Amino acid sequence: MIIAVASGKGGTGKTLVATSLALSIKNKMQVQLLDCDVEEPNDHLFIKPTITSSEPVCIPVPRVNYDRCTYCSDCAKVCVYKAIAVVPNGILIFDQLCHGCGACSYLCTQAAITEKDREVGVIEYGSADGMEFIQGKLNVGEAMPTPVIRRVKKKINHDKVAILDVAPGTSCPVVESIRDSDYCLLVTEPTPFGLYDLKLAVETVRKLKIPFGVIVNRNAEGESLVHEYCRRERIPVLLDIPLDLEIARLYAHGITLAEGKPQWQSSFTDVFSKIRSSLYERARHSKR
Amino acid sequence: MKELVILSGKGGTGKTTIAGCFAALAENKVMADCDVDAADLHLILSPENKHIEEFWSGQTAWIDENECLKCVICRRHCRFDAIHNFKVDQLSCEGCGFCARICPVDAITMQDNLAGQWYISDTKYGPLVHAQLGIAQENSGKLVALVRQQARKIAEEKGLSFIITDGPPGIGCPVISSLSGADIALLVTEPTPSGFHDLERVIDVCRHFNVPTTVCINKYDIDMEKCARIERYCTVNGINVAGKVPFDSAVNRSVACGVPLIEYSNGPAADEIKRVWNNVEVLLSTN
Repeated sequence: MIIAVASGKGGTGKTLVATSLALSIKNKMQVQLLDCDVEEPNDHLFIKPTITSSEPVCIPVPRVNYDRCTYCSDCAKVCVYKAIAVVPNGILIFDQLCHGCGACSYLCTQAAITEKDREVGVIEYGSADGMEFIQGKLNVGEAMPTPVIRRVKKKINHDKVAILDVAPGTSCPVVESIRDSDYCLLVTEPTPFGLYDLKLAVETVRKLKIPFGVIVNRNAEGESLVHEYCRRERIPVLLDIPLDLEIARLYAHGITLAEGKPQWQSSFTDVFSKIRSSLYERARHSKR
Repeated sequence: MKELVILSGKGGTGKTTIAGCFAALAENKVMADCDVDAADLHLILSPENKHIEEFWSGQTAWIDENECLKCVICRRHCRFDAIHNFKVDQLSCEGCGFCARICPVDAITMQDNLAGQWYISDTKYGPLVHAQLGIAQENSGKLVALVRQQARKIAEEKGLSFIITDGPPGIGCPVISSLSGADIALLVTEPTPSGFHDLERVIDVCRHFNVPTTVCINKYDIDMEKCARIERYCTVNGINVAGKVPFDSAVNRSVACGVPLIEYSNGPAADEIKRVWNNVEVLLSTN
């Protein structure tokens, strides 16, 4: 089962939820924690894993063999990303713009283009407290996180419960991370920013047809505008985490909620049970 | 004309709160919201939309099933694994057009994507350029570039002194697009492990693109020890700290009222943000 932890707005507590959910259920089942926020991966700061191996993530970029090149410009014409420019004394290749589609090398009539792997990030694996941990890291200065996210997700073991920590927002890195998930947890906070960005996140998961529920973090007021919205939209609120100085302090010290306040483990186990039973219900309905 | 971009690496550290205050503090400026995924600045600047435009960007392949020979050449060549059962998976397609070029019967066409909208609005603080990327769309970097370009145009036309940009979280494409060519990046962080870690990454990105940085430590008093570590890190790396904003419950209340913090409160956070703006303004005019 794949559970993605996402949010429209940044800083709402995705990392807190992903790490504590994983740690709370890891003694009952096989769990993988995968940090898909490859621009700013943070899970490792809290679960402090032992990294045992790593591998580079590369995309193939074109290189020109000038003995064969006739400066016909066909390669520049086929490249929709404008990664190739033909100038009088050479071919300029902008590696950072290249998506590695391979069109230029395949379509070059002179077979003058070969491809060379270029590293854009790394993935690392290891374990923390007997739980499998995988994270992706985009190299600094690189623009495209999706190839790194794809590689992280290749490590998903479908026999385990995979928990994915996702980047904030609603654009391509988020879609790449949450697609094919069985369930999406949307973490938000009861502020107008939190609500506005939650609505965008809800549109995204609905578009992808992923079942989802909400966790409200830093809730100080009981019934908030977020709860009202969720009730109106018939979205389940699976957990409220209060605005609490002690919880903030644990986070500031790099301690997960599940470890710093073990009484929370049962709350996260409950969240997991609710997810499982809602998926079970859906499966039963679709069979009918 | 000088351009300030507000970034953070980690989300939720207070970029928009600070940008909202700067909107009220700075004179002769245009505001730009470059967090096009989840734009929030308009929630505190009460814009009146006067100009809306569609943002068309990128393409997606489409297979005409009446023409398709089911030869699977397209699927074999697609590096993005976007073709299944002779249909294009819209989410995977990166619009490279390779399939359309090699289809032996020209059954594949490339169709333009409506990837979002952008707006130029009036606010009582001056013009605001903002945008909304379409749900699950790509090319946020291009939309960011467009927002900045429009902001620059307005600044030139009206002879404004500053462009103040509220940036996106992360370090990838929309961040690079918000950052390149800016005069200064104000990096907003908080004294938490992730705040600090993500600050280091975004500092590296700014260095990579040769943009000078200054740091604002938000909610600095939630962990004085970690705050001191961030300050030491900045000193060692020759980065100026423009200010340290204390935790202040007035921040959330001002957001709930939909106004910039400095118009809502005279409290300690508002005071310090004024000082941050003064420091940043000096840096902008001397840089």
